[in-house]
Amino acid sequence: MNVVPVAYYLVLSAVLFGLGVVAFVFKRNIITILLAIELMLNAVNLAFVAFARAWGQTDGLVFVFFVIVVAAAESAVGLAIVIRIYQNRQTLNIERVNLLKF
Amino acid sequence: MSLPFILFFVFALIAIGGAVLLIVAREPIHSALSLILVMMSLAGLYLMLGAEFIASVQIIVYAGAIMVLFVFVIMLLNAGVEERTDYSKMAKYAGIPLGILLLLELAHWMHHSLIGKTPANGAGSANVMVSTRELSMQLFQKYLFPFEATSILILIAILGALVLAKRDE
Amino acid sequence: MPILEHLWIIIALPLAGAALNGLLGKNWSKALVNSVGIGSVSLAFLSVLEAIREFSLLPAGQLSFFKNYFNWMAAGSFKVDFALQMDHLTIVMLLVVTFVSLLVHIYSTGYMAHEEGYYRFFAYLNLFVFFMLTLVLAANIVLMFVGWEGVGLCSYLLIGFWFLKQSAISAGKKAFITTRIGDFGFTVGILLLFWTFGSVDFGTVFMKAANMPAESATQAGVLTWICLLLFAGAIGKSAQLPLYVWLPDAMEGPTPVSALIHAATMVTAGVYMVARMHALFSRAPIAMFVVAAVGAITAFYAATIGLVQTDIKKVLAYSTVSQLGYMFLGCGVGAYAAGIFHLMTHAFFKGLLFLAAGSVIHAMGGEQDMRNMGGLRKQIPVTFWTMFIATLAIAGIPGFAGFFSKDEILDAAGSGADAHITLWLLGLAGAGLTSFYMFRLIFLTFFGKPRFDEHKVHVHESPRSMTVPLMVLALLSIVGGWFAAPHLIGKTDYFEAFLHPVFAAYGVPAGIEQGASLAGAAGEAGGISPSPAMELLHALTGPPVVLAIIGLLVAWWFYIRRPDAPKKLAASVHGLYKLLLDKYYVDEIYAAAIIRPFLWISTNVLWHAVDERVIDGTVNGVASVAREVGGQARELQSGNARSYATWVVIGALGFSVLMLGVWMVR
Repeated sequence: MNVVPVAYYLVLSAVLFGLGVVAFVFKRNIITILLAIELMLNAVNLAFVAFARAWGQTDGLVFVFFVIVVAAAESAVGLAIVIRIYQNRQTLNIERVNLLKF
Repeated sequence: MSLPFILFFVFALIAIGGAVLLIVAREPIHSALSLILVMMSLAGLYLMLGAEFIASVQIIVYAGAIMVLFVFVIMLLNAGVEERTDYSKMAKYAGIPLGILLLLELAHWMHHSLIGKTPANGAGSANVMVSTRELSMQLFQKYLFPFEATSILILIAILGALVLAKRDE
Repeated sequence: MPILEHLWIIIALPLAGAALNGLLGKNWSKALVNSVGIGSVSLAFLSVLEAIREFSLLPAGQLSFFKNYFNWMAAGSFKVDFALQMDHLTIVMLLVVTFVSLLVHIYSTGYMAHEEGYYRFFAYLNLFVFFMLTLVLAANIVLMFVGWEGVGLCSYLLIGFWFLKQSAISAGKKAFITTRIGDFGFTVGILLLFWTFGSVDFGTVFMKAANMPAESATQAGVLTWICLLLFAGAIGKSAQLPLYVWLPDAMEGPTPVSALIHAATMVTAGVYMVARMHALFSRAPIAMFVVAAVGAITAFYAATIGLVQTDIKKVLAYSTVSQLGYMFLGCGVGAYAAGIFHLMTHAFFKGLLFLAAGSVIHAMGGEQDMRNMGGLRKQIPVTFWTMFIATLAIAGIPGFAGFFSKDEILDAAGSGADAHITLWLLGLAGAGLTSFYMFRLIFLTFFGKPRFDEHKVHVHESPRSMTVPLMVLALLSIVGGWFAAPHLIGKTDYFEAFLHPVFAAYGVPAGIEQGASLAGAAGEAGGISPSPAMELLHALTGPPVVLAIIGLLVAWWFYIRRPDAPKKLAASVHGLYKLLLDKYYVDEIYAAAIIRPFLWISTNVLWHAVDERVIDGTVNGVASVAREVGGQARELQSGNARSYATWVVIGALGFSVLMLGVWMVR
């Protein structure tokens, strides 16, 4: 019985991360961008778990735990900000939120 | 083709598909739902890697709470299709190519690293499951301080979210 | 030996006077300004006398006194000390400078009595004396140059004393710039001197030069170049051809300034320099000839211009240029003592002439044009008589100072070892012209009928403060030449003997003779020893005297017997007359040939092209490049999160490529 090599998981993680980056750069809706961030975090989680399995240690899993916690906190605050932005500018287009320019 | 491989590829394809859907979708709600799909398949992959606790946490917390929050906000704000604005030429033309480049580069690195040569069961142990007990031992002994710190972090986040999202009186 | 040890006191006194008057004198009373100004110079004069007395007490063999006070500059092997020296030559110069300065200071209290800026005048005069004394006492050429430049500065300040008058400021600038051209040659000369001898100290340089052979008369060696370059400075400072143009214009300054600076002292600095450097000049025949030629030609040339000038001060100015030419002629044919002797007598009678002219102008209420004077001798007798005595001196009438000195020079030019017949003829012709134009001045100013409205101009004699210096100088103009009386009867004259040690030091190469031994040597060579009476007769009827008397008679004819003759003569040689009157158009030629091109270059090339386009362009260019780059860089902060994200991705990509590369290499 073959075991799936760790490399495969890592490659998948990289692919997901890359797709997350593309989404982050390409999409205009703030919420979608936050979703892209979540995607990237997930990809990283996959990498952590894969490594934890590769070295046989549980430290990687602990990290995943913390990543999820932080992702939760960050999403909550981020979405609160998004709500604020929507209340002030009536738009969710990130390109309209550009007051901090030169 | 053994079962693990097949399962892996199925989950992987679903994950990638969900990611692509996230990019392609026009409505934010579709993107959110695609992400939930991704998370589900990732949970399956975690199970395959023997991290049952993490898989559960992924589904319960990540997909079940965080993504629900996202969906709530989308519905609250009635986020629809956004107008096409393209103020950043750089993002428009360089964004996708760069992202794909990054993707490929990371993949290449992962694939060719030493890691790729080792089987996914280090130290040759046959037991592929990591017990929750072990995980909690690590969490509450070695990583106790970060654990407590994150609880404060969550508290701060709650307060922050409350303050920020409160409707002005 | 208090004063001799501290020679610096002599120069410090006038400096203190200048500082006090200049910085504090603005609100002082005239009396206080006078005390400080005259007091400092008289103290300097007394110090000079005391120093001479102490010098005379030195052991018999010691001919000079040298004292290094402190090291001023030291850069590698280039050492310049603040060192002063005193020898017989210095003594002569010190006496002339301090005494004549003292007289001019006293005179100025009367002449400048009604002027604004009274204190400023005395401050500048004292400053001038300070620099002149530095020049004379200096024991190395760099310190001498300090004095040289300093007197140029004071000359500029004093010519432009009435600084609200446009012509005065222009004259000051002209003086400074013209002498600067000469000074450039002087500077290069100093550099060449240092490069050749490794030192700027006179003692060291002359010792080394004494061991060098005389250079050839056809090939210019390094000594010749040094001498020529230094002489270039002298041409500027002592107003010889072609850099004399500033001296006539310098008459814009107050008359005491003209008397002190432009007759007695500053302009003689060039002659002093040549005399001081005689060890070098004697070994550079080409340079000697150039000096003598320039002197002789200038003497004749300036005299021709002086013939027809109508402004009393301008006549005297051209006369000064001419007489300076004589001094250089004397030095150039090896008769250094004669040149210095003429310097001394010239200080007396030319100083007197200028001061008396000032008295005339003062009496006429500011009029300077001789055509508007006449018949003044009854009304201002003291001025008349003193000026007349000075004219007799300058014309070379026997018995007066100028006769002795001019005679010695012409003797040396005519029959000395370095004699040259052309130079002698030029000098002789100049002497005749000198006599003519000086007596013309006297006759036009003091004789004949008054050509001015006697009701408008109230002619009055000048105050005692002005007339007493005139009388003292008149006395000196008579007796000042008597040092050389023995020369008439073929013996060594006292002045010559006094300076002989200075000029015989450093071994003057064979063949150069001093004027004094002429008669004796010629007598020995010829085997005949002329009797004293014969010598006297020979001297009194020599060509210079004859020409002087002819000049007097011609002037008398033209201006007393037949006053309309000048006009007729001028009309008949109108072209020549105009040429002389307009000073050979030299100023115009300079303006067109030199000044205009220079101004054009300065404006178009240096200003527009270089300064505006290149320098400003570069500076502004750098600024605008910075602005452009900044402007571009600023675009980075567009406020657009997507572009920020893209940049983050680029950074992450780069970083990971780097890591990959490092990992792969390892």
